[in-house]
Amino acid sequence: MAEKKYDWGAIARNPKFVELHHKKSAFLFGWWIFSTLYYFLLPIGAAYAPGLFKIKIIGVVNFGYVFALSQFFVSWGLAHYYAHVANKDFDRMTRNLIDELHL
Amino acid sequence: MTLNKIIIAASLALSVATAAFAEEPQKTPNTPANATAASAPAVAAPAAVAPAAVAVEPAAPAAPKLTVKKELKANKFITLSMFAIIIGITLGVVIKAASKNKTAADFYAAGGGITGAQNGWAIAGDYMSAASFLGISGMISLYGYDGFMYSVGWLVAYITVLLIVAEPCRNAGKYTLGDILSFRTDPKPVRAVAAIATVAVTTFYLTAQMVGAGKLMALLVGVPYRTAIVGVGILMVAYVVFGGMTATTWVQIIKAGLLMSGAFVLSVLVMAKAGFNPLHFFDMIVNSPDIQDHVTKMLLKDGKTGADLLTGVDAGQRFLEPGLYLKNPLDQISLGMALVLGTAGMPHILMRFFTVPTAQAARKSVIIAMWIIGLFYVLTTLLGFGAAINVTPQGITAVDAGGNMATLLLAQQLGADIAPVFGDILLAFLCSVAFATILAVVSGLVLAASAAIAHDIYVNVIKDGHADQHEQVMAARITSLVVGVVGIIIGIAAEKQNVAHLVALAFAVASSGNLPVVVLSLFWKKFNTAGVIAGLVVGTIASIGLVMVSPNMTYPKLEAAKGAKIIAAMEKKQAALAPGAVLEAKDLKALDKAKADVLNKDGKSILGLDTPLLTLKNPGIISIPMGFMAAILAALAFPSKRSEDMFDEVYVRQNTGIGMAKAIDH
Repeated sequence: MAEKKYDWGAIARNPKFVELHHKKSAFLFGWWIFSTLYYFLLPIGAAYAPGLFKIKIIGVVNFGYVFALSQFFVSWGLAHYYAHVANKDFDRMTRNLIDELHL
Repeated sequence: MTLNKIIIAASLALSVATAAFAEEPQKTPNTPANATAASAPAVAAPAAVAPAAVAVEPAAPAAPKLTVKKELKANKFITLSMFAIIIGITLGVVIKAASKNKTAADFYAAGGGITGAQNGWAIAGDYMSAASFLGISGMISLYGYDGFMYSVGWLVAYITVLLIVAEPCRNAGKYTLGDILSFRTDPKPVRAVAAIATVAVTTFYLTAQMVGAGKLMALLVGVPYRTAIVGVGILMVAYVVFGGMTATTWVQIIKAGLLMSGAFVLSVLVMAKAGFNPLHFFDMIVNSPDIQDHVTKMLLKDGKTGADLLTGVDAGQRFLEPGLYLKNPLDQISLGMALVLGTAGMPHILMRFFTVPTAQAARKSVIIAMWIIGLFYVLTTLLGFGAAINVTPQGITAVDAGGNMATLLLAQQLGADIAPVFGDILLAFLCSVAFATILAVVSGLVLAASAAIAHDIYVNVIKDGHADQHEQVMAARITSLVVGVVGIIIGIAAEKQNVAHLVALAFAVASSGNLPVVVLSLFWKKFNTAGVIAGLVVGTIASIGLVMVSPNMTYPKLEAAKGAKIIAAMEKKQAALAPGAVLEAKDLKALDKAKADVLNKDGKSILGLDTPLLTLKNPGIISIPMGFMAAILAALAFPSKRSEDMFDEVYVRQNTGIGMAKAIDH
């Protein structure tokens, strides 16, 4: 398998790549931290704020249940938001970079 | 084989299917062997956290409540016919796939020819074990809210997979963890250590699955434990050896489809009982006298008195609040960390991303998997609460103290409410879902372990990467066969062992060993060979070591103390009975075990301890920082110019996919 040789250092310094990886890193790590913190609020809240979790919201359904259920929707929502941004921005920026490099 | 020793040595509790069998239907006379086998898992709950509370009803001399004895009886003919259909279809897939496995890329990565949607279903099929399917619904049926809260982490874990590892691994990897880690490091030692870590994780997980499979099949269709293990083992080997990744993928897709159909049908039946009104459904939970009584008894056991001892509707409401099961917050946070980081470090999950052609397809596959997995856990809530309402917690614990049979009892009962034969069919269908689940998960594990041994160790370490395609595929097939046979042997050897903690251990190793080095390899310029090796070794050893001194292990002194209490309770119970009456079979069993435990009061745990050194069952909160620290410190202590120089290449590749190793090697 003859692999094509690339000048990786040059690509890494290309402003288009720099912009891509800055945007991507900020998005990925920022949202990862958000989702992780949101998740850990669940076991922490259940243990240290049981009063809050007991508050009834609709009928007998309490805050704890709604909050646990919200974890699913937050995860799904974030997944789709990421897909939207990645399809729209990251993939386009990657394509522009590849076009410029004539790969 | 130190690994085998560790596993066999490891004695403890949990994992889905393992649990079940404390209470086999009493049709079989209890031979002594039978009784011992059953005693250990009496307590196990789903995934790794079962408290070892032997289910002794506090002897209430007043009015010993007669629990309705529920029985789980699968119709053998219908069940085995459904198994045969599943086996037939999956073997058909294998035969079709077998002829296509010409290159290593075909064998390990299905030639990169799996679509994003297919891979999404396969990830879900690979991931949701029998523990998710039976264990979590059982936990909800007995402990309410805590079971639901427990399930959340299994989905949130995929955010890490989606954002941090899926696309970079697709872009920078090839077939294994070793491929990702060896990119800019000294390949031989890194591949060797990565392969050992992979084999450790998969062996822990596989052992738990095999033991669970054997016990589940023995219980559901009445085949002996060993026959069940050998049967499952042969199928798993056949799928992997002949069909490679293509067949494994399709087995996983079929399983995920069956699992979702089963959960969906059963959820509809549950909701029909509540008039399809969710609020009414929750009212039914709170107002169920059986649930209320069950909660009151649990609170009583926890030593609650006075105003804290809830009864009636308050007790029913308590079922929807946290704290009936998960009582150590630190342990929950620790488990959460192991899930959130460990899933992304699981070799069999990582491997799935090499089967799709592009990063976009990898992204799409995680999102589809997240929908399937998330919906499944939401439906699981309905099944768990539905079982609590319809089967009642008392009925569920009468069949299995750990609650693992809740979903199956629910299927049997709701089906039979429509027509007796429909109950048989629905139960048989769910048994075959469990069967397909086991096959799909173990096949994925065997494939991941074989890839590590054949691709990393044999081809790249021993043969220096000089092996033609034919030889690589042969090596992969032979390794799969060996791994499968070893899996069967361990499964048989571990029959009497408590394997419940092994799932937690697998996630601990994946989160403390694998994940830190994968992330640092992909994102940190100064990372290098020393860092990878230190991170993997320290993370893995710390996890195993901490579990060995945790409450997961058996401590004969503590068991003896518990045994003494049980004997006292049983004597009280006996005294309350009419003269000449004998204790129920399950109480006699508990009594026998308690007596044996008391005799063994001078024993020590495997590491010679009297009591656990650690209160945590899940070591993640300690071992994950240790893994990261070891990896970072070692990388800083032994800097490598070459690794730093090559970072640009790794970073550009993982971000853009430029120069991507084509999955199809011509």
